[in-house]
Amino acid sequence: MKDALLRPLSELQALESESIHIIREVAATLASPVMLFSGGKDSVVMLHLAAKAFWPAPIPFGVLHVDTGHNFPEVLQFRDEAVEFYGASLKIASVQDYIDDGRLRERPDGTRNPLQTVPLLDAITEGRHDAVFGGGRRDEERARAKERVFSMRDEFGQWEPRNQRPELWSLYNGRHLPGEHVRIFPLSNWTELDVWDYIAAEKINVPTIYYAHERQVILRDGMWIAITGVTPARTGEVVEVRSVRYRTVGDMSCTAAVLSVANTVQDVINEVGLSQLTERGATRADDRLSEAAMEDRKREGYF
Amino acid sequence: MSKASAFLAPNADPITGGRTLLRLATAGSVDDGKSTLVGRLLFDTDSVFVDTLDHVEQVSKRKGLDRADLALFTDGLRAEREQGITIDVAYRYFATTARKFILADCPGHVQYTRNTVTGSSTADVIVLLVDARKGVVEQTRRHLAVASLLRVPHVVLVVNKIDLVDYSEDVFTAVATDFALLARSLGVLDTHCIPVSATEGDNVVTRSVRTPWYDGPTVLGYLENVDDTRLAVGSDLRFPVQHVVRPQSATPAPWAARAPKVNGDYRGYAGKIESGRVSPGDEVVVLPRGSHAIVEAIDTPDGPLDLAVAGQSVVIRLDTDIDVSRGDVLAATDAPPAPLKDLTATVCWLAERELTTGARVLVQHGTSITKAVVKSIEGALDLAFEAGTVPCWRPTSSLTLNDIGRVRLALASPMPVDTYREHRATGAFILVDDADGWTLAAGLAGSTPFTAMTADVPRSDQHQSAQQGKPS
Repeated sequence: MKDALLRPLSELQALESESIHIIREVAATLASPVMLFSGGKDSVVMLHLAAKAFWPAPIPFGVLHVDTGHNFPEVLQFRDEAVEFYGASLKIASVQDYIDDGRLRERPDGTRNPLQTVPLLDAITEGRHDAVFGGGRRDEERARAKERVFSMRDEFGQWEPRNQRPELWSLYNGRHLPGEHVRIFPLSNWTELDVWDYIAAEKINVPTIYYAHERQVILRDGMWIAITGVTPARTGEVVEVRSVRYRTVGDMSCTAAVLSVANTVQDVINEVGLSQLTERGATRADDRLSEAAMEDRKREGYF
Repeated sequence: MSKASAFLAPNADPITGGRTLLRLATAGSVDDGKSTLVGRLLFDTDSVFVDTLDHVEQVSKRKGLDRADLALFTDGLRAEREQGITIDVAYRYFATTARKFILADCPGHVQYTRNTVTGSSTADVIVLLVDARKGVVEQTRRHLAVASLLRVPHVVLVVNKIDLVDYSEDVFTAVATDFALLARSLGVLDTHCIPVSATEGDNVVTRSVRTPWYDGPTVLGYLENVDDTRLAVGSDLRFPVQHVVRPQSATPAPWAARAPKVNGDYRGYAGKIESGRVSPGDEVVVLPRGSHAIVEAIDTPDGPLDLAVAGQSVVIRLDTDIDVSRGDVLAATDAPPAPLKDLTATVCWLAERELTTGARVLVQHGTSITKAVVKSIEGALDLAFEAGTVPCWRPTSSLTLNDIGRVRLALASPMPVDTYREHRATGAFILVDDADGWTLAAGLAGSTPFTAMTADVPRSDQHQSAQQGKPS
């Protein structure tokens, strides 16, 4: 029985098992979970883990996409294919609908990321969801480093960082009052590199824009912005064709590309290993709005 | 700047090969330089990105410093920046080719036993700091007592600010000697001391030429090499069942074509192995009922396994169709825990509200939860103990935030709780408030390293005695 020569689990084995354990606990202890799914690499890894967690049964909850209306078409197509591949059912909360009927107004700076909060909270209320899986990782950002795996939200969807429940051993506590819900972060302990290592090991498909491709871009505030209907070149800006890829696939209005020739998973892993900018710092204009930008959005009920 | 990928070795299996994972927790008093040490570990392992560095340099300049303040790497919430304090446990990640580290960075205020308990609950190693000028202080004793209670396997003492005592071997030796005595008296088995200057970088990642008298490892070298084999399969099998897998005959998703085919009458038990190991053919006992069965197969979507060990999430199939449901524990037949309704335990009280005798709470253990009543509070551990002594229990009628107490709980239904000293995962439980769901306490079943040292608290070590299953 006591075989001291047994090797401990590898890092990826340990992370995978931990995430599967978390996802199963949620399905077993909460009444109506839903998984946020944008088609981005973190959310597809999370969906893959959900499929593995319940195999040979199907995933026992649906997935929800908050569509800003400014998503990359490649990513939307991938989203639909992935949902079908993993046998999940997709619900879409559309920011465009809210803008069209006046419930939300376009911001002067054109970014729609902060506008996602209201449709998200409405979808949670309408679906009577008491648990919402998100693909957030603690290595992404300073405020996230303090978030629990099971993170309570009050009836306004707000996070209260100073009043979090202690989280001990692997005993997750999702009990809550009516109207509250729990955000669940199964990838809390993964880093960007872990996610890519796992994508390679598990041969998980991700949207093509994560790999290097040629695109018309302009250099704005030190970031490479693709020329799209949402982000046209401004007067005086020089449009160039460059080999780029995306490290995150958020809203087109606030997601920048990085110069890259990495067109295989292994190339991306090498590049991420060498990278000198954090994922969010490199490519998310919305986090630059203020020093405490992410913390503010999280408090308001953002992902 | 290059960070290590998990599987650099060309022939390593992409999932099972590659480096391992080690969980750390920091502890120390305010001003011991903990943030600087963590910043130094992140910085010197290239785990800090340039934009974070830019931010730190800007803020350092604004504060009138002539070089980057490494402590700012772990700078968190706005309220903390404004008040210059740390509020909550923060998690940091760094890696070398040998290991990935998850570091629970715990604030050092005296009253924050709560954070140290939280961070220590999952830790394989505690990184404990002292200021070389001050040596072992009350806070060190308090933190080491918590590490001992929570049975953290390894403790490394970082004797920081060694530059401020002129890299003196005598100072280091005196601190290390004090610490070794303390560790022995508290029952902490594996310790090591390292002379460090986190600000200057001595012996954190790079070996210092200014401490030629020290021939042990650096902090990172220690963390890379500390023994983790017994962490993997410390003891007997404990497998709390998360859910019963009974796929209805829906059309499988295209994804499932990658996984093995299963029969229509498939029935398996999904869970994570909390300790020990299991193979097909092993006999197990299903707790709390006590029925026996043989493991027929260990299934995963990647194929069946001949062996599964602690930490792995799997689906176990049994040879007979016995009644097994969520909350049950599959255990090795060799010394399984007795299901009990009368539970004596140490609890670390983590809530603002008070605990008094007669309180009704929920006990969450493994994958099960049951109602309980606090029958008695037998004492609170006095962590403010003097050098050369050990913590002792003082009589009390209530527990408040950051208290560590001995309680007797009467459970509504029997639970197969292990003694925490032998099984960290299945000797642990939490207390939950039934009204609002708040997590009230961390519970450690059975005796503590300190119970034998006290004469004034009766009945403190009766865990797993003859009371099994009897209603109270």
